[in-house]
Amino acid sequence: MHSPKPTPETDWPSELYRILKAAGVKQMSYVPDAGHSQLIRMFSADRDVTTNVLTTEEEGIAIAAGAWLGGQRSVLLMQSSGVGNCINMLSLSAIGRFPLLMLVTMRGEWAEFNPWQVPMSRATQPSLEAIGLKVMRAETADDLVETVESAASFAYESDQQIAVLIGQRLIGKKKW
Amino acid sequence: MSMSVPSQLDRRAAVAALLKNRKDKLVVSGLGSPTYDLHATGDRDDNFYLWGAMGGAALIGLGLAQAQPGKRVLALTGDGEQLMGLGGIATIGVAHPRNLDIVVIDNQHFGETGMQASHTGCGVDLTAIATACGFAATATLRTPEEVQKLATEIAEPADGPRLFVIKVKAENPPRSLPSRDAVFIKNRFRAHLGFAAA
Repeated sequence: MHSPKPTPETDWPSELYRILKAAGVKQMSYVPDAGHSQLIRMFSADRDVTTNVLTTEEEGIAIAAGAWLGGQRSVLLMQSSGVGNCINMLSLSAIGRFPLLMLVTMRGEWAEFNPWQVPMSRATQPSLEAIGLKVMRAETADDLVETVESAASFAYESDQQIAVLIGQRLIGKKKW
Repeated sequence: MSMSVPSQLDRRAAVAALLKNRKDKLVVSGLGSPTYDLHATGDRDDNFYLWGAMGGAALIGLGLAQAQPGKRVLALTGDGEQLMGLGGIATIGVAHPRNLDIVVIDNQHFGETGMQASHTGCGVDLTAIATACGFAATATLRTPEEVQKLATEIAEPADGPRLFVIKVKAENPPRSLPSRDAVFIKNRFRAHLGFAAA
């Protein structure tokens, strides 16, 4: 398959990796999404970061809290459908004021082939806000890089619980 | 699946025996009775008590164990709490930390909500699940002597995560209530490990 050569505009996963490393992230957990695949590969190849593949997204909320108890910073990757799985576990981050950084690739909002992605897409931001998270959104690669940098400092330096939503328009259309 | 024989083991006595020589072991307790059981053995800075986040105890233990590879971590939880985090056993099996033990205080009931029967009383075997997920060791305990032996064994290094089920009597001893202020408990725990609050 032909892959276009990465340019600064399209190589945002490398930029996110650089930012998260600079922020001192030592643990990464994920339920895969195609939009996160490069970032997952980069962290998985990094011996200084412990990577956990999850069976369901809320596991990563608990792992992040445990990591912080033990003095480490953690990041959690998922797609928007997984946000629905997280809600009760987010009580832990909210009531314990645990630093939390979730990077959420959006499905069901832009050129979506699968209608089953749409309801949870619609519920993603309201449900995160209802449980007490701060939600930030990015629609372009440049904006995303800046947003994640800000979110990381907000989470780890100010004990905040942040979800960064990565617009589906930015990730591109899934090939069917 | 068939019902198993009810255990006569007292949960408080079992947890007290298990933690008698815990030394610098870090302990995370699950909602709800295991949190009371842990507090009843004495409030400590290196205890983290859950009052919610059901299904999260063992996974908090995983994140902690990965952050503190030089210390032993114990997730002390109940059958209902662990059943809600069943997938976490697979995640922990794959992560394969050498310093994490899960101990399930199994009364085979949802004790906090009116003693409704749980899956473990209907034959679901958490140790078999953990074995299938690649845990280094598992066992089911029913007597004070077995708990005494386990207390010694879990102080020793392991080749991977271990899961032990202690079958106990289905009863609710008087509650022993730790602080419900998670920020306080979190900061106290981190200070114990040398980390400052923000």
